[in-house]
Amino acid sequence: MKIPYYPGCTLNTVAKGFDESARESSALLGIEFDELKNWNCCGATFPLSPDNLIALSAPAKVLSNARKQGDTLTTLCSVCYNVLKRTNKVIKGDKVRRGVINGFMGDDYDGGVSILHFLEVLRDMVGFDAVKKAVKNPLKGIKAGAYYGCMLLRPFEDAGIDDAEEPRVLEDLLSAIGLEPVRFPLRIECCGAHLAVNKEDIVLRLSGNVLSSAVNSGAELIVTSCPLCQYNLEKSQARLVSEMPGYAGVPIVYFTQVLGLALGQDIARLGFDRNKWDISPVLKGKGILA
Amino acid sequence: MPRIGVFVCQCGNNIAATVDTKKVAEEMAQLPAVVHVTDYKFMCSSPGQDMLKKAIKEHRLDSVIVSACSPHMHEKTFRKASEAAGINPFKCEITNIREQCSWVHHDRTKKTGTRKSIDLTRMTIERLKRNKPLSTIKIPVKKKALVIGGGIAGIQAALDIADGGREVILVEKEPSIGGNMARLSETFPTMDCSQCILTPKMVEAELNERITLHTYSEVESVDGYIGNFTVKIRKKARYVIEELCTGCGECIEKCPFSAQSSFEMGLSKRKVIYTPFPQSVPNIPVIDAPNCTKIQKDKCGVCAIVCGPKCIDFKQEDRFVTEEVGAIIVATGYELMPNERFGEYGYGRIRDVISGMQFERLASSSGPTGGEIRRPSDGKAPESVVFIQCVGSRDEKKGVAYCSKVCCMYTAKHTMLYRHKVKHGKAYVFYMDIRSGGKRYEEFVRRAIEHDGAMYLRGRVSRVYERNGKVVVQGADTLSASQVEIEADMVVLATAIVARQGADTLAQRLGIGYDKYKFYNEYHPKLRPVETVTAGIFLAGACIGPADIPDSVAQGSAAASKALGLLSADELQREPVVAKVNEATCNACWDCLTACPYSAIERHGLKNRKGTVVRMVAMVNEGVCQGCGVCVAACRSKSIDLNGYTDEQVFAAINAF
Repeated sequence: MKIPYYPGCTLNTVAKGFDESARESSALLGIEFDELKNWNCCGATFPLSPDNLIALSAPAKVLSNARKQGDTLTTLCSVCYNVLKRTNKVIKGDKVRRGVINGFMGDDYDGGVSILHFLEVLRDMVGFDAVKKAVKNPLKGIKAGAYYGCMLLRPFEDAGIDDAEEPRVLEDLLSAIGLEPVRFPLRIECCGAHLAVNKEDIVLRLSGNVLSSAVNSGAELIVTSCPLCQYNLEKSQARLVSEMPGYAGVPIVYFTQVLGLALGQDIARLGFDRNKWDISPVLKGKGILA
Repeated sequence: MPRIGVFVCQCGNNIAATVDTKKVAEEMAQLPAVVHVTDYKFMCSSPGQDMLKKAIKEHRLDSVIVSACSPHMHEKTFRKASEAAGINPFKCEITNIREQCSWVHHDRTKKTGTRKSIDLTRMTIERLKRNKPLSTIKIPVKKKALVIGGGIAGIQAALDIADGGREVILVEKEPSIGGNMARLSETFPTMDCSQCILTPKMVEAELNERITLHTYSEVESVDGYIGNFTVKIRKKARYVIEELCTGCGECIEKCPFSAQSSFEMGLSKRKVIYTPFPQSVPNIPVIDAPNCTKIQKDKCGVCAIVCGPKCIDFKQEDRFVTEEVGAIIVATGYELMPNERFGEYGYGRIRDVISGMQFERLASSSGPTGGEIRRPSDGKAPESVVFIQCVGSRDEKKGVAYCSKVCCMYTAKHTMLYRHKVKHGKAYVFYMDIRSGGKRYEEFVRRAIEHDGAMYLRGRVSRVYERNGKVVVQGADTLSASQVEIEADMVVLATAIVARQGADTLAQRLGIGYDKYKFYNEYHPKLRPVETVTAGIFLAGACIGPADIPDSVAQGSAAASKALGLLSADELQREPVVAKVNEATCNACWDCLTACPYSAIERHGLKNRKGTVVRMVAMVNEGVCQGCGVCVAACRSKSIDLNGYTDEQVFAAINAF
């Protein structure tokens, strides 16, 4: 199965491990990423005011390009997913705003591309049962906290891939690959997101809450689907480690990394070296890695 | 030749502003058969009516037309006046030249309005010429009422009807009457114990000789019409012979198995043979068949062994009872929206998050904790409780758009009960607005806040989760514009009140209307609040919409007085505007039968002199027919006509246009 794929800027730079591990693991499931030709940044924020159409021009260009390559477009980054999906909904459902955007862009995009998150591809197209069958190296005995953040779930009507309050898609995937999911209370709270740029203290506080909620619930590993969440959690964890003697931190990884590992891919090809906290002690502790 | 009089009303300026009434009258005077015309300022006034009566006598009129407002307003007035003057009331017709003419035309030269009024009146004249004198239909009345639902509204209605001297059948789905009110601890705003004020009424209903109770029963079907309903009631198998049972309770005591108690909202267990609560009326147990090993696997049977009067019957089946009644009162009440829908509050996942109704059981002296407030997880008295209001109410996205009306009050009551029982406990309430309209209600809420020290926080809760044996509540306090986090021992959700499951099915069985939330529709929300559009069926209590106890009782009494009014006469009178079948031409295709929305048409056998049926024809039940005319349009052989609106009359009117 070949699926049109939009990596987005972060996966091309700081979150390269996310991109690499996704390509490696999907290949093992018989999925080939057909990277969008000539793609640009999605804009990374969906505008708060409904008449700020200029902010929709960047994602509209991505969508219009994707139309040439197929009916669907798959993303890995939660933020790209959220922005593209919501922009598409505006273009598809609102004749007036579609007219203005297309007029400005000199385009005639109609909203015909469906935006998918790779988790949806795994859940709805591949199926977690099939994933489970493909597992060669089950990650047994590791307690993993699935961290959703905001962008995969909210606003629910526009971008939710699962129940906004009680999601299970990540936990279901983690169970399929042998991990033991820990449903920690703050798994759908915000990490602080873009405030990392100008109000770092807020990010440190919010991400710190998420981390302690996960660790106190017994998580030995945190799994995420968002490069910004991953960045903020690692940043906050660095502070916690420096302030709290005895706390060494837990690995914060992308779901595609653990997926690749379970599917039997070589750990060296899954971009783990780009994460600040090494996963190998956890794996070694459970006898998964020699 | 008929002798017609035409009376054109000016209705002050309502009609006269855009219609030249004098001209209309003059034009009509030119028509053959019109022997008298006049126009007048207010035809409906006493002098106006006298004018009509006088003219009928003076000019020997045999039919009259009043061109005035809608027949909904004054048809009755003028027909009465005509009757008083000695002509058949159905020889009086109204032309609507106000709502359908003067009010919608703004031509101040009066040209348009006058022309249209002339046309309309002329059409009525042609119709009136062909009017046949009709007489009102009289229907006998069965002097008995059915009340569906044995909650406080239904009990009150049944008692009032019985006190009024009529017999009542009270049908209740559960093994005991009492409804939701039987679950409540104390009641706002007077804090009297719910059971203490309810049980005397329950007993009264049981002992009243004019009331027949059918508990553990449901209405299976309803046929007939106002004054003459035939109701089939399913008496579900109790596995206990009601007539023999003495209510000694031996069987309950000795039963070795238990199951979740739905009366206690899952907070405790009860035996498999049980009465829902100690004061149940009737005090006759029921076997919970799915959980009974004797019924399922033919093992045990202890209850039958210990039963003195030998009234246990494991082979019992559902029975059906048919009752004939003249009026029906629907009082089926409410239930709570499933809390599981709100994942953010953790109901069903966190044991110490409970519903308001569960809190009622905890606070009730007959409840699972004997009235002590103890949390479900470890039985400890909670040091702090968070009450969350509007769970599902006023929430169009995930719940319902309406306000559930009673939650503000019972939450205030809960904080008081909690603070009285756990003296050092802290009560927090998250609310959207405090809605305490009602006699002594606002004072009650102020007492909860000022005297009993409940901490009210205006804002919503975003998340509830467990941490170290505590329930953490995260929310917003919008008045101080801050985020708050409360570590509580227990959380109580004030869940939205919704219509009962199956409310729509019952409504369809009865032929009454319901809204998108499946609450039953009143005939008129303000002026006919306990009637339905189906004559003879009345409403009471929370099946109409969220209602508190005073409202439900008032509605129960109101519905009872409506039913008593209906049952007080020996015969009902109704307008003779009904369909009539020409038996000579009916070819029994039964198209009318399928077309009739009121099931008013029956198959009727025509008999010869020997009494054998020779031919089938359609027959209209005049008691049920609403005169809508659908069958007239459906009839292929033109064998049905509508009294007062025959084809001949309608075509004559059209031709006159």
